[in-house]
Amino acid sequence: MDHPAFSQLLQEDCDRSHLVPLLQRIQQLEGYISEQSVRQIARLLKISENHIYGVASFYSQFRFHKPGKHHLKVCLGTACHVQGGAHLAREIQKQLNLRSGETTPDGSIDYEEVACLGCCAQAAVVVIDGVIHAKMTPDRLLKKIDQLRGQQSTFSEAETQSLLAPTSA
Amino acid sequence: MTDDLFAQFRAIQRRASEMWAALQNGLQPLIYLGTASCGCAAGALDTLCAIQETLQELSRPAHILQVGCIGPCYLEPLMDVQLPGLPRISYPKVNPEKAKRILRAALMEGDLSPKLAVGHFGDENFTRQSGIPRFFDLPMLKPQVRVILRNCGLIDPREIDHYLAHEGYVGFIRALQKGPLGVIEEVKRSGLRGRGGAGFPTYKKWEICRAASGDRKYVICNADEGDPGAFMNRSLLEGDPHAVLEGMLIAGFAVGAQQGFVYVRAEYPLAVARLRHAIQQMRQYGFLGENIFGTGFRFDIEVKEGAGAFVCGEETALIASLEGERGMPRPRPPYPAERGYCGQPTLINNTETFGILPNILRKGGEWFSQLGSPGNTGTKTFSLVGKARYTGLIEVPLGMTLRQIVFDIGGGTVRPFKAVQTGGPLGGCLSAAHLDTPVDYENMRASGSIMGSGGLIVLDESTCIVDLARYFLTFSREESCGKCTPCRIGTRILVETLEKIARGEGEREDLDVLYKVADTMQRTALCGGGQTAPNPVLSTLKYFMNEYLTHIQGRYCPASVCTALFEYRILAEKCTGCGRCIRVCPNGAVRGEKKEPHSLNVELCVKCRACVEACKFDAIVGVPTGSRQPQEVTL
Repeated sequence: MDHPAFSQLLQEDCDRSHLVPLLQRIQQLEGYISEQSVRQIARLLKISENHIYGVASFYSQFRFHKPGKHHLKVCLGTACHVQGGAHLAREIQKQLNLRSGETTPDGSIDYEEVACLGCCAQAAVVVIDGVIHAKMTPDRLLKKIDQLRGQQSTFSEAETQSLLAPTSA
Repeated sequence: MTDDLFAQFRAIQRRASEMWAALQNGLQPLIYLGTASCGCAAGALDTLCAIQETLQELSRPAHILQVGCIGPCYLEPLMDVQLPGLPRISYPKVNPEKAKRILRAALMEGDLSPKLAVGHFGDENFTRQSGIPRFFDLPMLKPQVRVILRNCGLIDPREIDHYLAHEGYVGFIRALQKGPLGVIEEVKRSGLRGRGGAGFPTYKKWEICRAASGDRKYVICNADEGDPGAFMNRSLLEGDPHAVLEGMLIAGFAVGAQQGFVYVRAEYPLAVARLRHAIQQMRQYGFLGENIFGTGFRFDIEVKEGAGAFVCGEETALIASLEGERGMPRPRPPYPAERGYCGQPTLINNTETFGILPNILRKGGEWFSQLGSPGNTGTKTFSLVGKARYTGLIEVPLGMTLRQIVFDIGGGTVRPFKAVQTGGPLGGCLSAAHLDTPVDYENMRASGSIMGSGGLIVLDESTCIVDLARYFLTFSREESCGKCTPCRIGTRILVETLEKIARGEGEREDLDVLYKVADTMQRTALCGGGQTAPNPVLSTLKYFMNEYLTHIQGRYCPASVCTALFEYRILAEKCTGCGRCIRVCPNGAVRGEKKEPHSLNVELCVKCRACVEACKFDAIVGVPTGSRQPQEVTL
């Protein structure tokens, strides 16, 4: 089965300089880079799978496992660091027993530490399902996490739908 | 041909100006809302919903202008109201309720709620009339000079007409008239130096690229703003994308390129959206294409998203990334201006450099060279963040002192000032002794830091210097591309040594290790990244040696950051028993009756600092671990 991203790109003149944008498009559609998609890219661009993993794993953006329903990111930029970003990260690691890049066993929340989101004047910031929350403190963050756990799939189902929509269309 | 070109552009410009004038002088109120990433983070989108609801409720038509960041991010979300015939008035920290209140008063009763306002955009008369100060007279804004940011927060970045109405693309038209060599001459006269941080004269790079032979030449805008704590490029791209794109057009024309790329960080989705939209509009208006305004100049611009790698801010690594490879630097020469993207001559400049160019062409190199100080001409944007009172995006003439920036513009710090960190992870920390250093390329380097791309992080006594050095080196370790050994292994050893010191296991000899490894890296690493990565360690060792020694010999972290080297204590004589600390403690470590001094169980305390931030009486202090009498400890 060919992914829509491929069929679209097949029509374009593709060379290896399209590798990064192609990976980005796949991840946007599927949420992660699957083994199958790597095989397809390899065929399309006539490069080895090994090379693709080499490039993809170099960049922090790409993930190789299915993401959780909710996405939790903590900014660890300098401004966030001096305003207590590390405390937030530590709190999450403790509460959810997760390290950066991991997903809870039930697949509800995945967690990522990012370098800087450029909202430094609002430090410390966290991003929950794409929404940036400013001036975060450990106790407010815990409440947010509880909310995420409470409403396991209200927001995320809609989000999953929107992710899947282009595939089914 | 020139006349036709003029006529065509004039027509576009006139239409845009008329549109803008109609908006400004119309009968409908204007509501401005800062919806850049920083505004949205502070809740601007909720405010936007509230504005729309209120207008509907009151059934009053009004134009809502979503503008970029105007600078003082600490006031976000900023909502401005401009009633017909009156100047624009700015209101800070506008949550949905406040928005409703202000709008109801203004639209129904003509009441401008002067008590809630922070500033207006009118003249002195209006200040006397209304009692509201001028917005640009606020302490944070008054010392600033806005050249690059001239449109940010004033126009809707999604409207090319707004940009055109503010002399947009005039610089490009001047460039077409002057011809490529005339443009380079003008840039030379301006004295402009690369704003990415290295300060290489811009015109020289252009001359090299123009002289280089190749089938096809490229212009790349480096918007891979990787320095944590810096967001100048993001703000400019979100608030005035056409300025940067016009700069690329001018550069493309000057060096003879046909294709431009904007390489933007993936973490900046709004900037990417704004750019794509702006490029679309440029094509519609004929600023991009095969034969631009009939001059025979052909140029197109494409947005490329980075995939998250700090090293891609280095130009050769950026090119490798664009070519679909791992973003690893390669030795220079050859420089990209001679052999870059796909082996062709490639001009790479920083976002801000491009953002300045339209102004230089529009107002002349001579004018630009009058700003700033000799050898360091013009203005520079900085992101002023950390512990400063007023945080946000600022623009100042080069040569202004750190003291003016931190204390006059930033309003100083609440707790005593400790240091200012400049230049990102490859920069350094400067102490209070350096506050009178002029901020320019040479002076910053001489003082042991670098100017870098423009991050200024203000630190107070609650920041631990050892922890900060560890933080930056951890960043450099994670982001080291791994190609050369000095950087790959050097950052590792530095982090491990700093962690050892932070754990309280440090010895005097560890300081020698730090010096030795840093020296090796400086001399032998492949790219600028590896060579300057030890800067945070070296500058802090130079200016804050005492703090290192307190960690090593005193086994104490005076800033209460390194968790192994302090514990919290509640001072009974200061505690009023208000219970705030009890409520914020995530671990139940604080106990106590109301109005009685509370006590803190060190076994349960995770040292998250929540109680310290919550306490209004400075009753919770860090003391060396195991000490009985907190007051007696002085180190």
